[in-house]
Amino acid sequence: MTNTTVNKIMPTAKSFSLSSLNTQAYRFFRWVLPPIFGLFLLVVIWALISEKTPELPGPIKTWASAVELFSDPFYDHGINDKGVGWNILASLQRVGLGFGLAALIGIPLGFIIGRFEFISRMTAPVISLLRPVSPLAWLPIGLLVFKAANPAAIWVIFISAVWPMIINTAVGVGKVPQDYMNVAKVLNLSEWKIVTKILFPFVLPYMMTGVRLSIGVAWLVIVAAEMLTGGVGIGFWVWDEWNNLNVEHIIIAIFVVGIVGLLLELILTQIAKRFSYE
Amino acid sequence: MEKANADKYVQLEHVDMTFHTKKGTFNALKGINLNIKEGEFISIIGHSGCGKSTVLNLIAGLLQPSEGLLFCAGREIAGPGPERAVVFQNHSLLPWLTCFENVYLAVERVFSTETKAQLEARTHAAIELVGLSHSSDKRPNEISGGMKQRVGIARALAMEPKVLLLDEPFGALDALTRANLQDELMKIMAKSGCTAVMVTHDVDEAVLLSDRVVMMTNGPSATIGEILEVNLPRPRARLELAEDKEYNHLRSEVLRFLYERHAKKSA
Repeated sequence: MTNTTVNKIMPTAKSFSLSSLNTQAYRFFRWVLPPIFGLFLLVVIWALISEKTPELPGPIKTWASAVELFSDPFYDHGINDKGVGWNILASLQRVGLGFGLAALIGIPLGFIIGRFEFISRMTAPVISLLRPVSPLAWLPIGLLVFKAANPAAIWVIFISAVWPMIINTAVGVGKVPQDYMNVAKVLNLSEWKIVTKILFPFVLPYMMTGVRLSIGVAWLVIVAAEMLTGGVGIGFWVWDEWNNLNVEHIIIAIFVVGIVGLLLELILTQIAKRFSYE
Repeated sequence: MEKANADKYVQLEHVDMTFHTKKGTFNALKGINLNIKEGEFISIIGHSGCGKSTVLNLIAGLLQPSEGLLFCAGREIAGPGPERAVVFQNHSLLPWLTCFENVYLAVERVFSTETKAQLEARTHAAIELVGLSHSSDKRPNEISGGMKQRVGIARALAMEPKVLLLDEPFGALDALTRANLQDELMKIMAKSGCTAVMVTHDVDEAVLLSDRVVMMTNGPSATIGEILEVNLPRPRARLELAEDKEYNHLRSEVLRFLYERHAKKSA
C-alpha cells in the first residue's frame, strides 16, 4: 500500500515543477488579463464613438492633451486659470474638511445612537427622512447660512458624508455580542471602559466601512457641488472647460476624478486593515 | 448567627423565572429553593434547556427573578458584583486584548484603590495560578481552547470572589484537556476555599468536583428534582475514584435520575 503510493508520486515529481510553473503563469494571466482587456475595450469603444462624432476627441488626441496638461500641473495665471494640480488639491481640501467634520460628529453620534435605545428611536425618523435627500439640495441652505461658496461646498460634503458614518457606527454598536456585554456587567466596568475596551475595538471595522462609503460619496458629490459654486476645484474646472469647449480636458477630468477616488478608497482600505484586530 | 450565615451563604428562595419573548411567555424556572454553604462546591446538572444556566445567571445578577429572592452573604442580589465572578461557557475573552490585559481589566475595577504595580502583580499571580505565564502577552486567538478557558478562570479568580460561578466551563473542550482542567480547578478551589457553583451536563465532572450535585427536572417550569450529597474525601484522585464503589454508586444515581426518572423525550 505504502509502496504503491510512493511509486505513484515519484514519476510525477519531475514534471511537477514544470506544471506548477505553467499553472502559476496561467493564474497570473487569468488574474491580470481581464482588467487589461476591460480597459482596452473601453478605449476601443471610445475611439469608435469619437470616429462617428467629430466633436468628441479620441483617445490619442486626449492623451496628447493630457501630456501637455500634466507637464505643468501647478501653474497659476490668476483665480480662474490655475493648473490641474491646484484644482485637484482644492477639491481634496474641501472633501477633507467636510469629511473630517462629518467623522467628528457622525462617529460619536453613531456610538450614542447604537448604545441608547431611546436616542436610536428618537433619531430614526429624522435620519430616514434626511438621508435620501440629494446632498446638492442642501447647497442653497449652505449658501444662505454661510453667505460664501466655499463653506457651502464643505457643508454639502459634510451632509453627504455624515450618514454612512452615523449608520455604520450605530449598526456596529448594535452588533456587539451579548457575551461581551455580560463580561462588562460581571466585571462592573464603567461606561468609559465599556466604550474604550469593548465597544470601540469591536465597532472599528464597521466604522471603517462607514468611513470608506463616506469618502466615496464625498468625492462623488464634490464635482457637482463645485460646478455650482465655482472658484478653484476639479468640478469647477470641468464646468470652465465646458464653457471653453475644451472637451479633451473634460475627459481628462473624468479620469482624474476616477483615479483620485480609487486612490482614496485604496488608502482607507489599507488603514482599515491595519486597525482590524483579527 | 455566624453559623447560620455560613450554612446559607448563597440562598435562593422560591425563585421563579418567566421570560417574555415575542413568541409569548416562557416559564423557565418554578419554585427553586437552594441554600449553599460557604466554601461548598455545588454542581447543577440537567438536560439541555432545563434552565440550569438561568439559575447561574440569576446568582450572577445578570438576570432578575420574576418571583422570589436571592441572597449572597446575607444581602439581596440586585445585580452583578465583584464578590460573584463568572467563568463563561465560551470563555468570553476580548479578542483585541492580550491574556494579561483581559485579566487586568477585571483586577483594575475590583481593586481600584491599589497602585498600578500592585494591580500588575495581582494579574501576574492569577495567570501564574492557571499556568499560563508564558502566554500572557498572547491574544486569545493565538492560544488553544483549553488555554482560553484557563484565562477565563484566571480572570474570575483574580477578582478574589467569594463565589465562583462556572457556566459549563469545560463543555467546549476535548476530553483530555477537560480532565486536566478539572484536576487543576480542584487544586485551585482547595487553595482559595471559595464557594463555587458550576453548571454542567457531564455526570463524571459533577460527581468528581462537587460536594453536592443539584439535579434539575426538565423544563418548562423546571425545578430542583433531587440533591445528591457527595461525601468522597478530598483531595480526590480521578484514577482511584474510577474503581471506587461509592463514586460509582453516586455516578449511577445521577445517571438514573437523568435517564430513567427525567429522561428527555424525543431529544
